[in-house]
Amino acid sequence: MTEIIQKVKNLSIGFKSKKGEEILILRNISTNIKKGETVGIVGESGSGKSTLALAMMGYVKHGLYTIGGECEFNSSNLLKMKNRDLEKIRGRKIAMIPQNAGQALTPNLKIGYQIDEALQLHSDLKEEEREKKISELLNKVRLPSPETIALRYPHELSGGQQQRVAVAMALAGTPDLLLLDEPTTGLDVTTQAHVLELLNFIAKDTGTSMVYVSHDLGAIAQVSDRIIVMYSGEIVLEGPSRDILKKPIHPYTYGLLKSIPKLSLAGLPQSMPGSQPQPGTIHRGCSFFDRCDFSEEKCKNNSPQLEYLEELNTSVRCFNHKSLMNDSQVNQTVNEIKTSTQDKEILNLSEVSISYAKQKLLDQVLNRISDDNPTVKDININIKKGETIALVGESGSGKSTILKSIAGLLRTKGGIIKFDQNRNLSSDLKERDPNDLRIIQLIFQNPDESLNPNHTVEEIIAQPLKLYFGLKGEELKKNIIDLLQKVRLGEFYMSRYPRQLSGGEKQRVAVARAFAAKPDIILCDEVTSALDVSVQAAVLNLLQQLKEDFGTTYIFVSHDLAVVRAISDRVAVLYQGRLCEVGPSKDVYQFPSHPYTEVLLGAVLEPDPDIKPKLVAEDIVEEKPPQKGCSFQGRCSRILGDICKNEVPTWQITNSGNSIRCHIPLKELQKDQIN
Amino acid sequence: MKLDNIYQEEKKSNFAKVSEIIITMASRPSGFIGLSILIFHVILAFISPYVAPYDFKAINPTLMLQAPSAEYWFGTDDLGRDVFTRTILGGRTALTITFFGSLIALLWGGLLGIFCGLVGGKTDDIVMRIVDAFLSIPWILAMLLIVSLLGTSTEVLIPALGFFYGKGIVRVARAATHDVIAKDFIVSARARGHSNFSIIWNEIIPNVRDAILVEGAMRWSWMLLGFSSLSFLGFGVSPPTPDWGLMISNARGLMSFAYWSVIAPIVGLSSLIIGINLTADAFAKALGIDRSTKAPV
Repeated sequence: MTEIIQKVKNLSIGFKSKKGEEILILRNISTNIKKGETVGIVGESGSGKSTLALAMMGYVKHGLYTIGGECEFNSSNLLKMKNRDLEKIRGRKIAMIPQNAGQALTPNLKIGYQIDEALQLHSDLKEEEREKKISELLNKVRLPSPETIALRYPHELSGGQQQRVAVAMALAGTPDLLLLDEPTTGLDVTTQAHVLELLNFIAKDTGTSMVYVSHDLGAIAQVSDRIIVMYSGEIVLEGPSRDILKKPIHPYTYGLLKSIPKLSLAGLPQSMPGSQPQPGTIHRGCSFFDRCDFSEEKCKNNSPQLEYLEELNTSVRCFNHKSLMNDSQVNQTVNEIKTSTQDKEILNLSEVSISYAKQKLLDQVLNRISDDNPTVKDININIKKGETIALVGESGSGKSTILKSIAGLLRTKGGIIKFDQNRNLSSDLKERDPNDLRIIQLIFQNPDESLNPNHTVEEIIAQPLKLYFGLKGEELKKNIIDLLQKVRLGEFYMSRYPRQLSGGEKQRVAVARAFAAKPDIILCDEVTSALDVSVQAAVLNLLQQLKEDFGTTYIFVSHDLAVVRAISDRVAVLYQGRLCEVGPSKDVYQFPSHPYTEVLLGAVLEPDPDIKPKLVAEDIVEEKPPQKGCSFQGRCSRILGDICKNEVPTWQITNSGNSIRCHIPLKELQKDQIN
Repeated sequence: MKLDNIYQEEKKSNFAKVSEIIITMASRPSGFIGLSILIFHVILAFISPYVAPYDFKAINPTLMLQAPSAEYWFGTDDLGRDVFTRTILGGRTALTITFFGSLIALLWGGLLGIFCGLVGGKTDDIVMRIVDAFLSIPWILAMLLIVSLLGTSTEVLIPALGFFYGKGIVRVARAATHDVIAKDFIVSARARGHSNFSIIWNEIIPNVRDAILVEGAMRWSWMLLGFSSLSFLGFGVSPPTPDWGLMISNARGLMSFAYWSVIAPIVGLSSLIIGINLTADAFAKALGIDRSTKAPV
């Protein structure tokens, strides 16, 4: 048996509410971390996974306190240790990699200096040795030319590079245990795949144990040997990673895996009803009871214990796991989406370009925009009535920028936005009349920010109704209740404030507000990326249902290709503000595709240990689109030569109507990509 | 982490909200002391005309500079007037003028700040440079100029003080607006086509109100000090109206042998300022704004 390096025993952490009740965030957690293994802790927001990871390094967040249990590292309880003794362990024995490396690095110190600081604290190396060690560490995390990187400041590096530096700093003390708190969550898909691959390599190379905390089963699947699934402060399932992902024997994990959209399946995944209970609201029974498809009467009053199954080497907290054991191969069923696309064109973008460059005084005076290399250029898209079109790309690809221009929030540099074939929409908000504004509504990424915290749900939904239709009194109220019911919320939500709602409920309110205007087009800006997976599926299903009922057109912006695959009829792939590929979604997801689409598709992480991401191109980040030639020339692995650098490729159209903007002939592209 | 928020229930009435804030304020020792002092002064301002034992302007040469006694609790001043009577009446004018002055300051400073924060661009640049220019003028000189041109009547003093102390609020309101304005709910309101007025009234004011109110409370205590300084210099209220600043000014030459005539108004003035400051701090804490981490603008 391998050595256990961290032992968590009956750990409970919680806080006291204003009324003096003890409310538990972690409930009686016991687990062991063995030497050299990578353990993934997965759970939705509020499941206590970060609190557990922090407790593993002897840290309890301000406001919380340990109610019982211990975290044993090297046979001493970290939670009872004095700060001075903890300092000797943190960094040297247990290191942490934070979620946002950009914020974790000091902005005014050079990278080399910051790593040197970590080395001074956590190793006994002399000055010359440290210098060597810095380049060694930077090499290990695969940063190009370590000597120059060491002299840079954090802001001169991209997000992925910053995260690599954070890994290098954590490795400086040669720790036995590495805690990673959502280390790839803020990164682009391609960068994320690269960082995960690096972490895998480091785990093998150094033999460090890792605890990887994430909400993303796709990322967890790539790195971990063992998975702990948390729900509402408890461990509900713990076992070898492959078994858990292939044959989950807990209904929550089962439902979770079913609700994740997959690249191979078009259509919407089934959603899990309800949401995770708030801490302190469960007094008896199974915490998953309300949302469970397998629940029985006894689950309501008796709490299941974590049961260890010898034959599977798995612990599970469920009375009915046996029934799941027999048929638990996740058979994902999807709700086929009905296309309601009509032939009528509703929105037409032609030659749209947008510039963020600061304008010269003369241009300001003349009220014009001049920029020969604008952020977004040459956007030509026709959108048909009732269609869902998705704009995909990494951050900086200009997808949200285009959305803002359609909404009139950002002035275009050139081009025409035409509504309903004949009405020109001005790119200046002030020049649009109220009806122009009503027909296009927005739903934002983060419902915490898009709902005024000082307004009740009633006031929030009333705003468009009052503004566009001048409703008052009883009629207004009736309409609000109507809208709430359409987004599956009850009448009693009217008097609630956003802070009293869960993430999914807030997003439903935002959806209701958008539909209140009776719009023709709804712009969805990453509407599900701030939500938990189980809730995401429900919101996607709701959006689809509303679309079928009202015949609305969606313009859907997302970085998540699996979500896009699930909901959209047509996909437009953007790189550096230029279109690369436009086509029906089933074709975009097949070869031949634009080399950039290929990179994106290769980097998608699926919750399946057998599907490994394909890393085609380097994860470099370009700051500006190239002056001439193909927009993807800087990162393309199939670059032909001067023609790509000098000439903008023309559109090539495949048999199925998919347009690809690349110099490589389609046949060759397809041949290369399938191999 | 806002752990307690999730347990809050249904919408509360405004009265319930206000009383909850006051209870939270009073539950801290500093807040309790501050509130008590402030309430004491306000009550005193209301009832002092009815409880004052003597006529505040009755001059009696035979009673000049009497030491405190059972008859004249705080002694008498150089004209033989009762210091106790004048002290308890002396806060009335200061409190009223500065209270209304602060309201004016809050109103114009807050609204202009929110407006500038919302519209941004050139309008914001120009207005803020003017505010900066005013901020750079030593306030006492400017006040003296206004008072000497327009007189020292209450109708002049209230708007003059309100104007001068409002320009600091402009900055605070603008900064608070900037915090809110980047949020998506404002973008959403803009995209729907609401007017600037509607955005300010419905979306911004509920979110910046707390910060501005706290700033206004702090300005009140500064204004009180400013007003008393004016009176001290002889540009505030005119004699024989009892006023702390004026009383300190009149009696300061007699401090070495008739300390009582100067100590009473000093205690009155400083206790009121301390009371307002403590109350404002407790108010900020009760609303969840921590002033100790932010330097005053």
